[in-house]
Amino acid sequence: MMSFLADYIYYIGAFGLILIGLYIILVKHNLIKVIVGLGILDTGVNLFLISVGYITKGTAPIFSKPGIDSEHMIDPVPQALVLTAIVIGVAVLALALSLAIRLYQHYGTLNLRKIREQRW
Amino acid sequence: MRRIVSILLLIIVALGISLSLAKIPFGAPKTKVGKHYINEGVKETGATNIVTSVVVSYRGFDTLGEVTVLFIAAIGIGAVLSTGRKKAMRETTPASLVLYTGCRLLFPLILIFGTYIFIHGHLTPGGGFQGGAIIASGFLLIYLGCQERRISRVASNMAESLGGLTFVVIGLLGLAFGGYFLLNFLPKGIANALFSAGIIPIIYIAIGFKVGSELTSIIDNLIEES
Repeated sequence: MMSFLADYIYYIGAFGLILIGLYIILVKHNLIKVIVGLGILDTGVNLFLISVGYITKGTAPIFSKPGIDSEHMIDPVPQALVLTAIVIGVAVLALALSLAIRLYQHYGTLNLRKIREQRW
Repeated sequence: MRRIVSILLLIIVALGISLSLAKIPFGAPKTKVGKHYINEGVKETGATNIVTSVVVSYRGFDTLGEVTVLFIAAIGIGAVLSTGRKKAMRETTPASLVLYTGCRLLFPLILIFGTYIFIHGHLTPGGGFQGGAIIASGFLLIYLGCQERRISRVASNMAESLGGLTFVVIGLLGLAFGGYFLLNFLPKGIANALFSAGIIPIIYIAIGFKVGSELTSIIDNLIEES
């Protein structure tokens, strides 16, 4: 049991974050909380991709000196994907927040249930 | 009711995920393509940072798509938030002398650091996306600390458009010289030198300008229009 935990601790953490984010998105009524859940979900997905690419006792895939050992370098592909995903996550979060600002100015509330009840 | 249903749904999702993940060992090498990039990357692209060679050279077209997504998000924020009306000036208390001077002292240092990060993207950890984010954080400091100072929107739009245009034009030049989009047509140079790796530093500088000005315009929209 303990060795299982030790082996998969990063997966467990990443999917814990993903499930927490999904739960917030499904259950909460406050729009700001839903957006926070989206951010947590985003972080969990990024953490999962990075931990899939990790190799035990790995080093960064950078040949900063000549003759550096390339045997233990970790997989560069997930890192490259996450690198762009982080920036895009920030932009999507900002877009969601700006929509929330407009919704609040229009309806006077951020409660999704109340917004659904109202007509224009 | 809603809570119970969503918890049930999450349990099903978690079961499915854990069943599929049990087959993926943690910490073992998985892809052959990653090995190829590590073994041949320096020879093929000239960049010693393999992540950069993947982002800009092997998957450069993919990165162009990602930059476009960022661009669309920035455009969307502008379209959602800009009303065209002049907002009444909010009542603000002027920043204290320590805050004001500190911001003005730190701002050029942050800009220099961000520029360093994206110019050395092919040699050290970092690159256009990270450097752009650092530059945008410098502008955020100005917006928060020195309240009356604003950047010109025309200049930020110019930087953004020039960055995107440089990326596309360099890709098309590769098409003209060698037959495919984003071909590395410049000499690769000596590994670990600043002027090496052909088009990779140029594209990363363009991405740095683009990301920095886009994130700055997002900050500007969120602060000015809301």
